[in-house]
Amino acid sequence: MAAVVSMRKAYGDALVALGRANERVVCLSADVSNSDFSFMFEAAFPTRFFNVGIAEQSLVDVAAGFAYTGYIPFANTFAFLFATRALEMVRTHLCYGKANVKLMGAYAGLSDSFDGPTHHSITDLAILRSLPNMTVVVPSDPVAVAKLLPKVAEWDGPVYFRLNRNEVPVLFDESYAPEIGKAITLRQGKDVAILCCGLMVSRSLEAAERLSAEGISARVVELHTIKPLDREAVIAAAEETGALVTAEEHSVVGGLGGAVAEVTGEEHPVPVKRVGIADRFAQSGPYETLLEAYGMGVSRIVEAAQAAVQAKRGRAHA
Amino acid sequence: MHYHSEQLIRDLTVRALQFRIDVLRMVKNNQTGHIGGAFSVAEILTALYFHHLRVDPRRPDWPERDRLLFSKGHACAMLYAALAHRGFFDPDLLLTFRSFDSILQGHPDPAKTPGVEIAAGPLGHGIAIGTGMALALRMGNTKPSSQSAPSARASAAKVYVIVGDGEINAGVVWEGIMAASKFRLGNLTVILDYNGIQQTGATADVMPTEPIADKWAAFGWHVQEIHGHNVAEILDALDRADEVHARPSVIIARTVKGKGVSFMEYDHRWHGAPPNDEQFAGGVAELEREIAAWQR
Repeated sequence: MAAVVSMRKAYGDALVALGRANERVVCLSADVSNSDFSFMFEAAFPTRFFNVGIAEQSLVDVAAGFAYTGYIPFANTFAFLFATRALEMVRTHLCYGKANVKLMGAYAGLSDSFDGPTHHSITDLAILRSLPNMTVVVPSDPVAVAKLLPKVAEWDGPVYFRLNRNEVPVLFDESYAPEIGKAITLRQGKDVAILCCGLMVSRSLEAAERLSAEGISARVVELHTIKPLDREAVIAAAEETGALVTAEEHSVVGGLGGAVAEVTGEEHPVPVKRVGIADRFAQSGPYETLLEAYGMGVSRIVEAAQAAVQAKRGRAHA
Repeated sequence: MHYHSEQLIRDLTVRALQFRIDVLRMVKNNQTGHIGGAFSVAEILTALYFHHLRVDPRRPDWPERDRLLFSKGHACAMLYAALAHRGFFDPDLLLTFRSFDSILQGHPDPAKTPGVEIAAGPLGHGIAIGTGMALALRMGNTKPSSQSAPSARASAAKVYVIVGDGEINAGVVWEGIMAASKFRLGNLTVILDYNGIQQTGATADVMPTEPIADKWAAFGWHVQEIHGHNVAEILDALDRADEVHARPSVIIARTVKGKGVSFMEYDHRWHGAPPNDEQFAGGVAELEREIAAWQR
């Protein structure tokens, strides 16, 4: 088992490094900085950190004001609040008005597990990727956070950066070189391709290992950018394996699974099995328990891959 | 405080009347747009763009410009008239208002119209965005899309936000009011176009907001109340607001919805309705008589 490292600590470290490298970076907070670890930026650069109180709509609008004045504001709060409470601000000023604001969505997916469904964020990818001009990025480990955050800062336009609360397995080393909008093939395979993001990347790799023992060769492709989606990589995976699985810590409605199904449906229809939480709310409990109970365990990816392969073969014999 | 000559006050007042005629034409032309709230803000916009603001129409993105955030976006016909005649774009384009492929969208779009600072229409955003801008300017200017570090000193540029009285029903307005106060933004001035009427009726009935001056003062702002169609009062209030350095300022401008055309005044039905030929001709005639009276 790989070492585990806190995603939010990795985020705080990356944010401080970014602040040191770029004086135009400022940080805004809706008073949860000790949760999302943006307090580390506040400690390093107190004059470039602004707490607007528990006021997420104002958080996004104030950030837009900074962006329109030439700064690169990083707005910090819980993921679900950007995607729901402050969404009109995001749509009107970041997406339509093109304010170059970076939204740091903390505690995404089920990772704020004990706080329950009010705090879980299982629809944010679907909501945010539907907005024109928005870019949606999901790092999958602490190294990815450190590598992607400077890319997010350089990216011309608003970005939603989806962060997990918890300690997660370290997957990558210094050689990991992500580019926004470009998929990364982590494991080659020919029978089925698992397209995944975030926490589900490590689980997909584990699933591929198990599948290999059963004689199924599974490709694993990390789609850390949900939008703009790397359509070529998705189409190539569909053409070359003929069976796809998507795996995300999100509702199966409209997120990564939806994005992949849209592309393959138009460009190269193949069986697509979506792993994620069904169209329902979860409940409070330990993170690992919730992930298993709501359909995001490794075994569910394995089953989905088996089903996708079977569907492909069924079609071939039909 | 500056001395404002009678000539200046007359010129600005006449301009505001002329812009009302432009707005009538714009809204009549495509039979769409908002007149009532445009007329109530005419003198405020004119005093700002034609006297008080430091802007340069040849350089709409000049980093040292004063920012005017027009938060009550539905009344943008008047904003467009003021910007066009200030030189930000050709006044001939005014009649394309709300037409397909026009630079003059139904509600303001900063990407399409030179001089427009923010998108508006969904109400309530201006004060919070202005708070962000005022904070950023205080930290030091930086050019958009440049990679250079901000300048080490605070910008002299100021931020002005025009909001409507119906607009302040929205919660985010008060989030912005609190934040601007917390950060003691002396470089932020809000002008409240208090015309007393919103889409379906009187603001006092739809959502009572009085005593608005006391409320705003309780939030830590410097508060002035003026007659919002009196150009001399507007200019004096803007000067006074400039002298407040350690907290944000609000100018509560008591105005009349539909001001300038008798049958449109105080009538919420003119919030978003276009005039027919007869109403248009009658409105223009009234405004022209008023202009002639000022020019005598």
